[in-house]
Amino acid sequence: MTNSGNFSRRGVLKGGLAGILATGVSPLIFTRGAYAQEFCNAPTGDTVTIGFNMPLTGAYADEGADEQRAYELAVEHLNGGGDGGLIPFFSSKTLKGNGILGKKVVGVTGDDQTKADAARDSARRMIERDGAVMITGGSSSAVAIAVQGLCQEKGVIFMAALTHSNDTTGKDKKRYGFRHFFNAYQSGIALGPVLGDAYGKDRVAYHLTADYTWGWTQEESMKNATEALGWKTLAPVRTPVGAGDFSQYLTPVLNSGADVLILNHYGFDMVNSLTQAVQFGMKDKQANGKQFEIVVPLVSDLMAKGAGDAMKGIYGTSNWDWQLPDDASKAFTKSFGAKFGQPPSQAAHTSYVQALLYADACERAGTFYPPEVIKSLEGFEFDGMGNGPTSYRATDHQCFKEVYVVKGKEAPANPFDLLEVVATASKESVTYDPAIFGGELGPDTAVAC
Amino acid sequence: MDAILAQLLNGLDKGGAYALIALGLTLVFGTLGVVNFAHGALFMLGAFCAVTFRYLITLETVTVDPTQTTAWGTALEVRTPLAQTWFGDWGAVLIDWSVPLSILLAIPVMLVIGIVMERGLIKHFYKRPHAEQILVTFGLAIVLQEIVKAIFGPNPISQAMPTALRGAADVGALIGLAPGALTYPLWRLVYFLFSAGVIAAVFGFLRFTTFGMVVRAGMADRETVGLLGINIDRRFTIMFGLAAVVAGLAGVMYTPLLPPNYHQGMDFLVLSFVVVVVGGMGSLPGAVAAGFLLGILQSFASMNQIKSILPGIDQIIIYLTAVVILLVRPRGLFGRRGMMEN
Repeated sequence: MTNSGNFSRRGVLKGGLAGILATGVSPLIFTRGAYAQEFCNAPTGDTVTIGFNMPLTGAYADEGADEQRAYELAVEHLNGGGDGGLIPFFSSKTLKGNGILGKKVVGVTGDDQTKADAARDSARRMIERDGAVMITGGSSSAVAIAVQGLCQEKGVIFMAALTHSNDTTGKDKKRYGFRHFFNAYQSGIALGPVLGDAYGKDRVAYHLTADYTWGWTQEESMKNATEALGWKTLAPVRTPVGAGDFSQYLTPVLNSGADVLILNHYGFDMVNSLTQAVQFGMKDKQANGKQFEIVVPLVSDLMAKGAGDAMKGIYGTSNWDWQLPDDASKAFTKSFGAKFGQPPSQAAHTSYVQALLYADACERAGTFYPPEVIKSLEGFEFDGMGNGPTSYRATDHQCFKEVYVVKGKEAPANPFDLLEVVATASKESVTYDPAIFGGELGPDTAVAC
Repeated sequence: MDAILAQLLNGLDKGGAYALIALGLTLVFGTLGVVNFAHGALFMLGAFCAVTFRYLITLETVTVDPTQTTAWGTALEVRTPLAQTWFGDWGAVLIDWSVPLSILLAIPVMLVIGIVMERGLIKHFYKRPHAEQILVTFGLAIVLQEIVKAIFGPNPISQAMPTALRGAADVGALIGLAPGALTYPLWRLVYFLFSAGVIAAVFGFLRFTTFGMVVRAGMADRETVGLLGINIDRRFTIMFGLAAVVAGLAGVMYTPLLPPNYHQGMDFLVLSFVVVVVGGMGSLPGAVAAGFLLGILQSFASMNQIKSILPGIDQIIIYLTAVVILLVRPRGLFGRRGMMEN
């Protein structure tokens, strides 16, 4: 007997194949097909499902309604309908109007009620019941951070919509979360010099701040930016989200010695606090020998519409404005306006862009497999989306692009002409070191669900 | 000193709203013995009377202005309210004063809603335990708010105050302070005066009319009044309608301060129950006093000087006060012996 008798042909083949797989040197053809079993909600039929999770009720419901319109438009354009919106202007030319990777896009929607727990429940339902391969939407940083955490656990990409807290891509950043919208730090950088020019260097600011992550980081960013100008800051006052009547917080402002009121409020809260501040006579008031001023660091057309005349002459910042003169912004406004009879808000714009960016990332990756899609979004440089040249920074998943300083228009030409862009902060000026906000992205491990 | 006076004024206008809702709640409890959890919904329905009134008088004609185009290439639509087309400048005045004028709509509508609510549902629960009354009226509140949500949508609908009453009044100058030292929004002063007027009217009605006298007699001893041949049930039904009107009017006048939404009633309901409990169940003066007291305390608790010592006190002061009052005076400030104690 020789030892050779112990090696049958079948045994050698089995052992060899096992060895190849174990050493990880198998040809790509073996592993690419295996993605389908390895990640959550891998699309199997001829459609791909995306979860649109936005506030249809609650303090930020106006933004949610506009996001819903934007997603409807994005799905139409991705599937080849309408005029294509921003697709012809997008510098990446992968989107052909045939869905994503040849699969027709279908959306499922949920109401996050502007509440973190409701948003997580809604996103979980979309992932577990509806088979959503990606979640997008939202109009609150508390919501974005909560949903982003869930998506990290589930291995589902989250393309955040309107979230402005530094924490979303700072201390709470996640590998599976991406933000196109700008943040509070960038608002401070952009708005500071404009406030200095308009109101001088010797001012005393009083902050009323929404009591959650976004409010805190915006207050801090505005405090840093205005104190750099030489302004003083009084002890900030925190207000509950959805307080409705802010009069009890506004009354102390009158005799506080402040001559600027900074409202770190958003959505209906901002509409209420600003109109109530104006009712208290703060726009006509003199303090410290100067005209009293109100500043709303983050402002949108929807809020300007809600606040009406109270918004006139008030400074703030925006991620985007429908009256921007570039061709892409004009095309998006035309496409949105023709379908819905009103111009898109910044919430609509960022939602629409995020949907397209995800679709494009899948096309460039050639798969829906999240770790690959994440890689194709990280460090992605693009243009033609209405904000000039933009990059998705790999280290924190924050987009860097121009930031716009806006002012409530004194004499609107029509019912939609509410804000005017008075200054533009360059992409370079609003770029910062990611280390200042800390945080860890975490792993990109795919999870089966 | 100016700051304290300003917070006091703020407390008075907040307290006005609390007192009006709590007054209606107490009227229903005192007359019918029903704990009406749908009372907050009546406040909300009143607010939506103002919304409806404004909607009706601002129905508009849409014309297309071919000389102006929108950014998306269509001709600009010019909207003109019918009231303005028909009545010219008077139409514009009508629209401007829509909130105070909507009281004219709210009074009959709320009266009917109150009577229908009492006759249609609540009368069947008079002899049932309070727990069941609470459950059924709470359910009714949810039904009402969902109806409003279905018709008007989930989002707040802002209501403008008349142009003449916008801005702030220099209250300081009236009481001898330096000009501009103490200013306060005109509409909030109007709201306080309005609530004081309605409270006075309700007390006057109960005190100086025969109807009111019978109702008070019924509240004290329903059985004896019934034995005298007086149909006390009919009067109590009208009182329920009156309570609905009071809550509705509080809602109407509150709309310029806070854009109404469908769940506004629930936000106020909890507060007004605390007011009733603090004031003493069934005591009308107690409800009014507690309404203003809690409004003022809430306002003072929001002062920075207080919050720097006790952070977050503005959020819990009302409930904290209720706990303290119930510990010291279990029947509330003006509570009567025997009320809800059997």
